[in-house]
Amino acid sequence: MSKPKVATVWLDGCSGCHMSFLDMDERLLALADRMELVYSPLVDAKEYPPAVDIALVEGAVGNEEQARFVRLMRERTRTFVSLGDCAVTSNILAYRNPFPVAAIIERVFAETAEAPVQPGPEVPALLPEARPVHEVIPVDFFVPGCPPSADLIHHVLDELLAGRQPAIKNRFG
Amino acid sequence: MATERRVKTLIIDGRDVAGREDQTILEAAREHGIWIPTLCHLEGLTNVGACRLCLVEVKGMGKLLSACTTTIWEGMEVTTHSERLHRYRRSIIELFLAERNHICAVCVANRRCQLQALALELGVDHVRYPYLYPRFGIDATHDLFVLDHNRCILCTRCIRACSEIEGANTLGMMRRGIHNRVITDLNQPWGESPTCTSCGKCVNVCPVGAISQKGLSVIEGRKEHKFLPYLTMMRGARP
Repeated sequence: MSKPKVATVWLDGCSGCHMSFLDMDERLLALADRMELVYSPLVDAKEYPPAVDIALVEGAVGNEEQARFVRLMRERTRTFVSLGDCAVTSNILAYRNPFPVAAIIERVFAETAEAPVQPGPEVPALLPEARPVHEVIPVDFFVPGCPPSADLIHHVLDELLAGRQPAIKNRFG
Repeated sequence: MATERRVKTLIIDGRDVAGREDQTILEAAREHGIWIPTLCHLEGLTNVGACRLCLVEVKGMGKLLSACTTTIWEGMEVTTHSERLHRYRRSIIELFLAERNHICAVCVANRRCQLQALALELGVDHVRYPYLYPRFGIDATHDLFVLDHNRCILCTRCIRACSEIEGANTLGMMRRGIHNRVITDLNQPWGESPTCTSCGKCVNVCPVGAISQKGLSVIEGRKEHKFLPYLTMMRGARP
């Protein structure tokens, strides 16, 4: 039997959840024997593969490309996990949400920039608000925390790989 | 001379308990080690039943009652924990989190926040309601304190402490529903308030990070929630 396929994805977030993932240290070696990391900022796959068993998603959904991508992921993923406060609550990404996108672009790329620019068409357009992942697609498990500890991430992966339901209890923030 | 108070007996969660006739369900329950979640309640302030977290089932009553504002009666049968109550309490926490901009990770009250702690306690691991992301301001005009409306849950503990304990009546409320807001005096900047004594009671009774000491960063906001009964006692009031 082939090993379960695992993906980790980095959307609107600071990569802190992935740092916490790496913080599992030597336990990563044991996990590597039990799973195949098929897509991640940590590996070199360009396309999100079909038939992924477990996906851990860090970050909020802040632009059109991310919204398209999580929908594609959902189609190709069996168990979908929102990892960390940005994915679960939008967290600090939500700081921009009370303001109109045009005003934010103006503020960041013109008013306060040394060399004012306008983002071109190659830059994915911002959504009106950065949204928690589960407001865009159905999510199976939620792992709050900023970031969730390495122990908690390990527990979640360990249980899911064993075909069990992880018991997740962690505070926001 | 102390007024004579009668004792009432009642059943809470299947346990026979007794309480003074002027006690609330919440007081009777806590005296017997039965935990009921609360946010707007604070020992030393009058109870207003604002947060609805302490809702309990009382046999024979068609509706749920807030434990903090309902006095006990003889033969009362109270249920403080049920599937339905748990569901409602979770919803209340989620609605608090969705209504304003609660961002725990960067909050002065992080790890000392009663809303955050209750979310954990009640198993809220995400919010099922769409976040409103309202545009609320911050009043940082006071020399010592900051009022961040984005984090306010409208429990009115600050208003009651200001009025009932300090007697300054600086803090109040304006508007209704989701537009409801804590204000200082007649909606003037806090720093220009002629009535505020800068006593800091509002800072300490605030269960979240809405009112904090100025200049403190994330996680640094320490609060002393238990000083009010002591203050009342020192002033010679009957417990």
